[in-house]
Amino acid sequence: MQSLGISVLFKGMNMQRLFEGLMVTVRIAFISIVVSSLLGIVLGVIWTSKSKWLRLVCRVYLEMFRIIPILVWLFVMYFGVTTALNIDISGELVSIIVFSLWGTAEMGDIVRGALESLPKHQIDSGKAIGLSPWGLYRYILIPQAVKRMLPAAINLATRMVKTTSLVVLIGVIDVTKVGQQIIERSRIEVPTASFWVYGFVFILYFIICYPLSSISKRLENKWNG
Amino acid sequence: MEWIGVSIVNKKNNEVLLEIKGLHKKYGETTVLEDINLSICKGEVIVILGPSGCGKSTLLRCLNGLEKIQRGDIIFRNKSLVNDDVDWQEIRQHIGMVFQNYELFPHMTVIENIILGPIKVQKRNGKEVMEQAMQLLDRVGLLDRKDSYPRQLSGGQKQRVAIVRALCMNPEIMLFDEVTASLDPEMVREVLDVMQGLAKQGMTMVVVTHEMSFARAVADRIVFIDKGRICEIAEPHEFFTNPKTERAQHFLNKFQY
Repeated sequence: MQSLGISVLFKGMNMQRLFEGLMVTVRIAFISIVVSSLLGIVLGVIWTSKSKWLRLVCRVYLEMFRIIPILVWLFVMYFGVTTALNIDISGELVSIIVFSLWGTAEMGDIVRGALESLPKHQIDSGKAIGLSPWGLYRYILIPQAVKRMLPAAINLATRMVKTTSLVVLIGVIDVTKVGQQIIERSRIEVPTASFWVYGFVFILYFIICYPLSSISKRLENKWNG
Repeated sequence: MEWIGVSIVNKKNNEVLLEIKGLHKKYGETTVLEDINLSICKGEVIVILGPSGCGKSTLLRCLNGLEKIQRGDIIFRNKSLVNDDVDWQEIRQHIGMVFQNYELFPHMTVIENIILGPIKVQKRNGKEVMEQAMQLLDRVGLLDRKDSYPRQLSGGQKQRVAIVRALCMNPEIMLFDEVTASLDPEMVREVLDVMQGLAKQGMTMVVVTHEMSFARAVADRIVFIDKGRICEIAEPHEFFTNPKTERAQHFLNKFQY
């Protein structure tokens, strides 16, 4: 009976454990997104520099994350680098590092694109009132670039939230993994457990990602209005 | 009404403010400007005329360091602007420039556009800058638009704001790069009026334009450039009634029906 099915969510510590798992997901995603946004702006600015070599380095960095699957990055960092350097760091920290590196690369590319899309005479106008290169970025270019890149940046953020579900594979117990554990334990008594638990996880992801899209929409309207 | 921050200058004292000596400018292999020599006195209004693509705008951009020059010298307030250690951020505060495409900063209101330079670059007192900005805006008839965004303004209004933005830095010389070229015809007048007012007040100005009657009215001297060279320097009356070079005659003929 389905009414029995939904009760699996409230049995014992299940609900609390699901939310603990959700917190792990949110923590990894939130820290990575914040780090990526800040470092991404720095990377984007460096990327627009005149130096061919700097641009090449940025390009290679981005391509490394585009070409190699994030899962492989997680494995390399968690199993490879930690044993090679003989250090012991938690799966959660490795996840934050990998997601920050990936996010920074993608965000850098978004910032670069936005900066390059700004009309050239904005730079001339800024220079003409005596702004330093720093002032030019600080007051003229970055504020305008941020507006232009907002949809792409929010898209990246939601992608990052969703991709955190890979961290189970290096032993991090996130919301998806908790769900899986609950299902495995209650499958015999509650045959429909997977429907209810995964359905609930589905809704939880929606609850995290939806506000991001709605904030971006609201900001866009505000700035264009 | 007076222009705040624009000091009235006696043109007769002939004090040279800006001097261009043997300037050469190339883009790759193409020579854009060749052997340009020109002295600009304090309070003088120079109008540069010439066919499209002759290098007039490039010359203006060289004067405020937006373009590098390959040979020659530019001397501003008795200092060369051609060394590598020239502090352009400092120099540009004294050389105001207004562009063809009224490039206001679209994410800032009119007043924010105007006070950005004086406050962030010149680190001047906020209250004093604000007062000056308001007075200048009032002078160009746009005080009521101070909190508007550039996209809410017409082309002519934007260009007047751009002029105020440059003026609020208290420059000693103003460069105008075809500032009416992208305006609808009915808006040209309001911008030219502002410039004429400035000229009367004694602002040193270098103006690139295609507005012949304006050139005639405000210029102390006309500089005619063709193919990257100065062909003729003359007083406006002289230039328009009796151009000495054939190229200038040819150029002026194109403006007559």
